[in-house]
Amino acid sequence: MAIDDLYREYILEHYRSPHNKGDLLQPDKYAAYSNPLCGDRIQMGVQFQDGKVADVRFNGNGCAISQAAASILTDMMLGKTPEELRQISRDDILEMIGPDIGPARQKCALLSLDVLRKGILGEPEAEDEELD
Amino acid sequence: MAVRKVSAAHIASLAPREDFPILAQTIRGVPLVFLDSAASSQKPHEVIDAMSRYYETSHANVHRGAYFLSEQASASYENARITIAKFIHARSAKEIIYTRNTTEGLNLIAQTWGLQNIHSGDVILLTEMEHHSNIVPWQMLAQRSGAKLVYTPVTDEGRLDIEAYYRLVCEHAPKLISFSLMSNVLGVIPPAKEMIAAAHSAGAVVLCDGAQFTAHYPTDVRDLDCDFLAFSGHKMLGPTGIGVLYGKRALLEEMPPFLGGGDMIHEVHLQSFSTAELPWKFEAGTPAIAEVIGLEAAILYLQRLQMTRVAEHDHAITKYALNRLSELPWAHVIGPASAEDRGAAISFTIDGLHPHDAATLLDRDGIAVRAGHHCAQPLMERFNIPATARASGYVYTTSNEIDALIESLKKAHAVF
Repeated sequence: MAIDDLYREYILEHYRSPHNKGDLLQPDKYAAYSNPLCGDRIQMGVQFQDGKVADVRFNGNGCAISQAAASILTDMMLGKTPEELRQISRDDILEMIGPDIGPARQKCALLSLDVLRKGILGEPEAEDEELD
Repeated sequence: MAVRKVSAAHIASLAPREDFPILAQTIRGVPLVFLDSAASSQKPHEVIDAMSRYYETSHANVHRGAYFLSEQASASYENARITIAKFIHARSAKEIIYTRNTTEGLNLIAQTWGLQNIHSGDVILLTEMEHHSNIVPWQMLAQRSGAKLVYTPVTDEGRLDIEAYYRLVCEHAPKLISFSLMSNVLGVIPPAKEMIAAAHSAGAVVLCDGAQFTAHYPTDVRDLDCDFLAFSGHKMLGPTGIGVLYGKRALLEEMPPFLGGGDMIHEVHLQSFSTAELPWKFEAGTPAIAEVIGLEAAILYLQRLQMTRVAEHDHAITKYALNRLSELPWAHVIGPASAEDRGAAISFTIDGLHPHDAATLLDRDGIAVRAGHHCAQPLMERFNIPATARASGYVYTTSNEIDALIESLKKAHAVF
């Protein structure tokens, strides 16, 4: 398997120059989660205007996969209503990150989606999430 | 000493590689390079076969079975205890308690000796380089007892601050001192014997976490004079699910039992029970019989290799790996750069490359290393890093494998 199957230029670009990275001074919603396995942490602030995401910023420390996924996810969030945010699925993220991410790294890719779903949107914890 | 001179010359495997069936495989078409032995070691045929043979020929529950198979199983189970006692130079097999792993041994002490002897205001002295398993049980005990936890700091070089340790021992007169004989992150081996002597003169009881150390170095509990020592079978060629807690007999005798149930009792009535004698007092329920037999096979294997030679091999590999890593200006070892008093658990960070990404890229080349906080988050905070990558070798590790690691790291670094 070639290295760039996972670390494609597209992912590395998001890692090197992440979109929407930083902090919002007065977010309407704010949440932070960490991956207990590796200590990677993502925090996210969201500002809504007219019922849509007007601005979103993430910050945190983590591997290329988690940082690129946060960059990609926050891009996707801009302009969406809470209802539309709820439609963003695990598969949407995994598709963007790449098809051959192994189960060990899925948690990295999905950490920012966790922040969005559980923290920002207040969805309940899914049980046995890592099994699928 | 001949081995210690090696720097660039090839270092062969100490154990015959073909003894380890798992090492023969290829991962994605390249030979497996297993550099995660600090997390769990691989197993030689002899260990696997001893366990299979037991299940095929002599499995029955131990103790009180008045028939051939049970007597055989009991004899194997108890003979292994003698082998283990001799391996760590305990005075008696009664001082050897079977546990699941190091973690259970440490928790056992916290919940028996600890609850009995630690009271509000007492100090438990730990170190900043401990594994979570030697931190959290004491936090749990502190919550219940009102004890205070104090930590010996780690220097910037990544060694235990021994001057601070002696100062803290005098200043706080701790009831209990617990520390690792070898850090699973820094690889550091603190001067345990001197530390234990100082602890005893201040009146402290000393518990040693031998999870890393016992697998790599000759261990002599009488020479160390530690009061308790906990270690795991799976890091020393043995199976998972079996660990050992050594304790000085006088202390074990005074301690309340741990888990209640079968085997740990002498007599049971509706309102009361009396405990079995040592060591069974601490072994409730059907034990991990096959794993005990597997651990004995592992120890016999290590004894044939000789622990002094295991330690020399460890030192040679550590020195070689540290030398090679020092060639990479963008790689930074977390822990001492010199191989003196440190073992073959080598943590490092790479500029611009998160340890997780490094581990994934190394895996592409069939190289298994661990990435993360290694169950030592306070130590990560101490060095202000989120995680490290860790390469750790053992008796089957060769310098060629370290070379493969270095080449793969260069490739990974070039991608980022």
